[in-house]
Amino acid sequence: MSTWTAVLAAAAIAFATKLAGYVVPPAWLEEPRTRRVTGALPAALLASLVVLQTFSTGRDLVLDARAAGLAVAVLALVLRAPFLVVVVLAALTAAGLRALGWG
Amino acid sequence: MRQGLSVAVATGLYGVSFGALSVTSGLSVVQTCLLSLLLFSGGSQFALIGVLGGGGTVGAAVAASSLLGVRNALYGLQLGPVLRARGWRRFAAAQLTIDESTAVAVSQPTPPSRRLAFWVTGLGVYVGWNLTTLLGALVGGALGDPQRFGLDAAASAAFVGLLWPRLRAREPVAVAVVGALVTTLLVPLIPQGLPVVAAALAGSLVAWFSPARSGGSGA
Repeated sequence: MSTWTAVLAAAAIAFATKLAGYVVPPAWLEEPRTRRVTGALPAALLASLVVLQTFSTGRDLVLDARAAGLAVAVLALVLRAPFLVVVVLAALTAAGLRALGWG
Repeated sequence: MRQGLSVAVATGLYGVSFGALSVTSGLSVVQTCLLSLLLFSGGSQFALIGVLGGGGTVGAAVAASSLLGVRNALYGLQLGPVLRARGWRRFAAAQLTIDESTAVAVSQPTPPSRRLAFWVTGLGVYVGWNLTTLLGALVGGALGDPQRFGLDAAASAAFVGLLWPRLRAREPVAVAVVGALVTTLLVPLIPQGLPVVAAALAGSLVAWFSPARSGGSGA
């Protein structure tokens, strides 16, 4: 049930946010500092999510096969690989290491 | 037109990753597909399933997802005068206002071509994203144990893949480093799901107090 709450609440807020851009008076959002903050949010959140998804299990910080997967993903991005390739290479790396008994 | 369709095909490929990861994070196929139909903003969708799959609370998942979507309001602000949509079209335009449709639209030379680019890219990505989400969800459901196939590492890669294109200027790099550090420090100290919210706050403070420069919104 709680997953349903999350899905529906997030969807409703996302639509309201999108619509706000069309109906809110532009001056509200055009203040330079507001623009900088809204522009910066994705980088902060995505970096945080990378750390959480890679190095945390519950409230513990851990180093396991996911870290190797992340390293391969970054290397693939440096080499300009497409998104799906980056994701698949990371998965293969972690799966391979686990098959060998590590992480 | 061609640019819009090629963007639609490319983002359709993330849809497969999203669908598979969502199902292995514990959402049902229906919930996964509803996220793509209703929420329709890739980063926010990945954030929601990432926090829920990592054991975070509903509130933290919704907060991370919603904060990540705030940029869509800025896109609407840019697109409003171009699209001049009224009535139900305004609601449709809002739903299709995402990174890809905005980026392709604003890079066109004339208002009519911007309008066409917005609708072609937005609708193309919407259809592709939803079909590939369903495909990914069905594949993910068939895979079983997500760790055995490294799907947890795939989620890490998805987040870094979404972050990567934003790291072209100094300020977003600084914000990302602060976000990562704050998260690492707080994970052992505060309840699950809150570190991501703290990282958003810390990143906002960095942006708020950084010296004024004419930065674009980074569509």
